Amino acid sequence: MSEVLYIKNSVLIRDAKVYQNGRLYYEDTKSPDISIFLKNLYKSEKIRYSKYFKMDDLSKLGFIGTEILFGGNIENKETALVFGNAASCLETDRYYSETMEEFPSPSLFVYTLPNIMLGEISIRHQLRSENIFFISEKFDSSLFLEYSKSLFNQGKTDNVLCGWVDLQNNDYDVFLWEIARSGKTYLNEEELKNIYLPTHE
Amino acid sequence: MKGVAVTGMGIISSIGRNLDDTLFSLQNAKDGISKPEILITRHKNTPVGEIKMTNSDLSEILNLPPDNNYTRAALLAVFAINELLRKSNFIHFPEDTALISGTSIGGMDKTEEHYFDFQEKKEVRKYIQAQHPGFTTENVAAYFGLGGKVTTLSTACSSSANAIMMGARLIASGKLKRVIVGGSDCLTRFTLNGFHSLKILSQTKNRPFDDDRDGLNLGEAAGYLLLEADDCLNGKKIMGRICGYGNANDAYHQTASSENGEGAYRVIMAALKKADLSPSDISYVNAHGTGTNNNDLSESVALTRIFGDNVPPFSSTKGFTGHTLGAAGAIEAIFSLLSLQNDEIYPNLNFQNHMLETGLKPVQVLRKQKVDTVLSNSFGFGGNCTSLIFRKND
Amino acid sequence: MSDLHTELKRSIIEQLNLEDMEVNEIENDEQLFGDGLGLDSIDALELIVLLEKDYGIKLTDPNQGKQIFNSINTMADYIEKNRTR
Repeated sequence: MSEVLYIKNSVLIRDAKVYQNGRLYYEDTKSPDISIFLKNLYKSEKIRYSKYFKMDDLSKLGFIGTEILFGGNIENKETALVFGNAASCLETDRYYSETMEEFPSPSLFVYTLPNIMLGEISIRHQLRSENIFFISEKFDSSLFLEYSKSLFNQGKTDNVLCGWVDLQNNDYDVFLWEIARSGKTYLNEEELKNIYLPTHE
Repeated sequence: MKGVAVTGMGIISSIGRNLDDTLFSLQNAKDGISKPEILITRHKNTPVGEIKMTNSDLSEILNLPPDNNYTRAALLAVFAINELLRKSNFIHFPEDTALISGTSIGGMDKTEEHYFDFQEKKEVRKYIQAQHPGFTTENVAAYFGLGGKVTTLSTACSSSANAIMMGARLIASGKLKRVIVGGSDCLTRFTLNGFHSLKILSQTKNRPFDDDRDGLNLGEAAGYLLLEADDCLNGKKIMGRICGYGNANDAYHQTASSENGEGAYRVIMAALKKADLSPSDISYVNAHGTGTNNNDLSESVALTRIFGDNVPPFSSTKGFTGHTLGAAGAIEAIFSLLSLQNDEIYPNLNFQNHMLETGLKPVQVLRKQKVDTVLSNSFGFGGNCTSLIFRKND
Repeated sequence: MSDLHTELKRSIIEQLNLEDMEVNEIENDEQLFGDGLGLDSIDALELIVLLEKDYGIKLTDPNQGKQIFNSINTMADYIEKNRTR
């Protein structure tokens, strides 16, 4: 009963490198620091979206990865967002906690929810589609697969953007992929792991 | 749509430590809003919906060793699921029972308590892993020996509504036989200070949908439902069925709802479609109604867009419990099911004047009337909106 | 331009993450919200924190902010009159 689905495109961001569909797309050889990397990547993409600089690093990772995956425009406004990570928004939780004892920062507090990233992507691309955020100890391909398939099976959508966007102690691991009814790579756990694992130690 | 059967419920909040006490409070307009006594905070006069039990009280009742590493959210969750277990005629949950739990802050209470001590104090390091929100869910699953899939969701204030939606979907599609769904969140300085910085905390009891509303009260709670596939029921009592659900993003602002309530509008329409119902079939709306200027106006606009001049009886129950964040969707699902079971509508407390923009008036005193279907709304920061529809099992 | 005006511009750029913006690019009478600098409601809340942290001014009613945060000029005026530090 379940139909054949494909991985249409994918993006990986790790160690100051961006891979698009398995090929190295961008590399920042000079700056191991995440905030400089994210700023340089933004500039190299020639995006004009000043709100980017107000986001926390986790949202920036998801946002810019999505820009690269879709070439700056998500055409299908019904594209559902199925995201997850391991550390929630721990980094921002810490930054906010540090302000808390004296003058709690509203702009940091806002980002102490991992799904704000989904809001940022939805605002940027005007998506009023279904979205969910999972938290699991490590990348769980079956969780993404099952949930995305159920969205297709119930006729909720023709496109799903999946994202594993994790950030802990300035170490980031981003894997975004688009699921559609056409494409070159079959969608299954093995293929997902094939794309996700090679550059991952 | 026939819908997915709810066969068990368990709840703890500031208005009751079990279903009976909760129902009594709802029927007798007894709110749970007070000054913080358990949470140590500089906002001593800010009203909250606090459960007046310390973590050691809870640990003792749950027979946990004194040196356990349960977060408060985990303690509340276990407490609520214990009631669910008692009420659902199991001695132990069958081994294949899955758990889907929503939370917005997870183990933040332990992190903020011990963050600066992790270096020096060896005895608090057991809480380091508690800051991972999945840890709270894993602890709960371990307590009950659940062998099925364990999933944690985090979509702010719609977290547990989404857990219910996901569970219903997985049962409907035959992927699961039995799943505990809901959520748990506790009061923390983290959230109290944060919401204070957003200037949306009321310094009095919250007044949802009132023209002079001035913000929300934070609360804490845990609520869980047991969902079972029809072929597992064996003549079991069914509390109601989940027959509709919808989720969408408002795509407007990080924390504010859009002026025309687009996200809310979409999810209510989606839930009605899923349930194969028309707006006039809804008996009662359990609104999100936080008591903030922004939410209540946006939600009212969405309601009038859908129901026109015939908005069904509606109320926000946040006057009772405060806004319990990730747990709100689950406890309000339970209030909705109580409403179905008892054919009554629980009041929207502290309401005086309708807002000028829409003129909508919520139900203000307990109303006895036939309730066949309830629509329950949950909207979260990040624009995540969810609506659920419950109906009688007949 | 007073030192306070420059100081305010510098802290606004830093606190509100106005990337690539220079102090001399903000006019004293330019609208901070809406069409001008395009700040939003969360920026306004952050400005309330800034008033308290840097100048010891506590705004209880966030609606007051609308007038005070109209421009650098209005902010500077308000701070001159009400600062406790």
